[in-house]
Amino acid sequence: MRRGQRRWLPYAYLGPALLLFGGFLLYPLARSVQYSLYSWDGLGASTFVGLDNYVALVQEEQLRDAFGHALVLIGFFAVLPLAIGLLLAAVLNRGRVRGLGLFRTVVFLPQVIAMVVVAVAWRQIYAPEGTLNTVLRAVGLEQLTRSWLGDYTWTLPAVGMVGTWVQTGLVTVLLLAGMARLPREQYEAARLDGAGAVREFFSLTLPSIRAEIAVALTLTIVAALKTFDLVYVTTGGGPGTSTTVPAYEVFQRAFREGAVGSATAIAVTLTVLIFAINLVVNRYVDRVEP
Amino acid sequence: MIVSRAERAANYAVLVLFAAFALAPIVVALGTALTPSTTSPGGLEVFRQAWTEGEFSRYMLTSATVAAVVVTVAVLASILAGYAFGTMRVRGSGWLFPLFLLGLMVPAEAIVVPLFYDLRTLGLTNTLWAVALPQIAQSIAFGTYWMRAYFRAAPRPVMEAAVLDGAGSWRTLWSILVPIGRPAVVTLVLLVFMWTWNEFLIPLVMSPNGTFRTAPLALALFKGQHVQATGLLAAAAVLVALPVVVVYLFLQRHFIRGMVEGAVRE
Repeated sequence: MRRGQRRWLPYAYLGPALLLFGGFLLYPLARSVQYSLYSWDGLGASTFVGLDNYVALVQEEQLRDAFGHALVLIGFFAVLPLAIGLLLAAVLNRGRVRGLGLFRTVVFLPQVIAMVVVAVAWRQIYAPEGTLNTVLRAVGLEQLTRSWLGDYTWTLPAVGMVGTWVQTGLVTVLLLAGMARLPREQYEAARLDGAGAVREFFSLTLPSIRAEIAVALTLTIVAALKTFDLVYVTTGGGPGTSTTVPAYEVFQRAFREGAVGSATAIAVTLTVLIFAINLVVNRYVDRVEP
Repeated sequence: MIVSRAERAANYAVLVLFAAFALAPIVVALGTALTPSTTSPGGLEVFRQAWTEGEFSRYMLTSATVAAVVVTVAVLASILAGYAFGTMRVRGSGWLFPLFLLGLMVPAEAIVVPLFYDLRTLGLTNTLWAVALPQIAQSIAFGTYWMRAYFRAAPRPVMEAAVLDGAGSWRTLWSILVPIGRPAVVTLVLLVFMWTWNEFLIPLVMSPNGTFRTAPLALALFKGQHVQATGLLAAAAVLVALPVVVVYLFLQRHFIRGMVEGAVRE
């Protein structure tokens, strides 16, 4: 740029962004940390309790469970979509199929639909007289029908499946983009060497898309940890507390139960977890790709 | 590349099967809405009834207002900040820019609690600002990152020529760089629009009395009131999803590129 650039000029351009970002994101984040050290019901006086709210995260069974449920959701939001996505992308990348553009548009669609809408649609599928039970009855699997969102064992996996539905398309599209980068000649060469589809996948495709896998995992794990709307609309944490998750506990405690300190301690822990996952994944990618 | 005929057939089978899995819940919802029942008229009439009963004209307008404000402010601020980070020497950018990347990761849950109580103290809850400002801040984190990447890759000779012509940094930005970078800006506008339209937690918390109830919240409320009327509820759900889905169908390249490229950091 111009040599005689005035020193303050960049800051004038940065001003609005810094002000808004600082005031409505960084500042409240710092306030969350501050809140988490207090016991406060949201109305009266607050008392300083040090790290008690964090200690409760480990001691209180319901909170331990909430984080445990989030872990289960990671299986459904991240691990399962990655497995399906890898298979799907490998198959599609290997064969020259037509209509890939249309396919991308279709499988990506769940990503752009509001989670509340997704939750409402799946509630109807899981309802006692809903689509899933109707289909099961029609194919003679009557004994498998149940109240999918009212069952202590099956509700969490049922909610998780919604996550699988939402995330698989994103993961597949990401992986396909990664695979498209790999030169076709390498595949031709591998085939001339007599490599089968499986060996081709493990020795050629997989190593070249490590970065995309890392990104896909980060996005989906974070989405699993942040899950709120889905639980709020489908189950409200129930039956009992069998599907409550950290983000739902934040909301309940801060705005329904008057335990603001505890709510922010959960929120801060969640944020630290998200930072840590990003850090670990980025380190890994940096190491792989110099 | 040589692929056997059987393998090709299998590939198409996988393709169709998976596309069906992705579409099934959407088809079920549409089918539920269109089928008449004792509690719902079905056909296209069901959408009219859901629209009226759920007062969606009001809530869609709220959503549109919030989205317009968030998109305008966030995109403008992001262009300016991305311009500074991408083309100028900013002292302190070594720690300032990572701060924005950090913001990219902060979940709404981590800011919404103090935001609510602090804005309530200021008497600002239940206003447009309480709903819009936190979302503007979130979008600026991504927008600055996104626009910086564009400005860094912008052709230097064009910028140098503008300077030689005597254009200041302001004119270079608005009359040269932004017009060339329209695709990047359009992608950003679309993503911010989608995120804002679909956001749930922030409007839920920041407008407790429902003055600024956005369409997704109205749908959650509608769900509570129409537990038995599945057709009506499905119709309402379709209505809420429709604006983003329609835009997506026309400009899907932008959405996919933005979400894929935006995620794959440099």
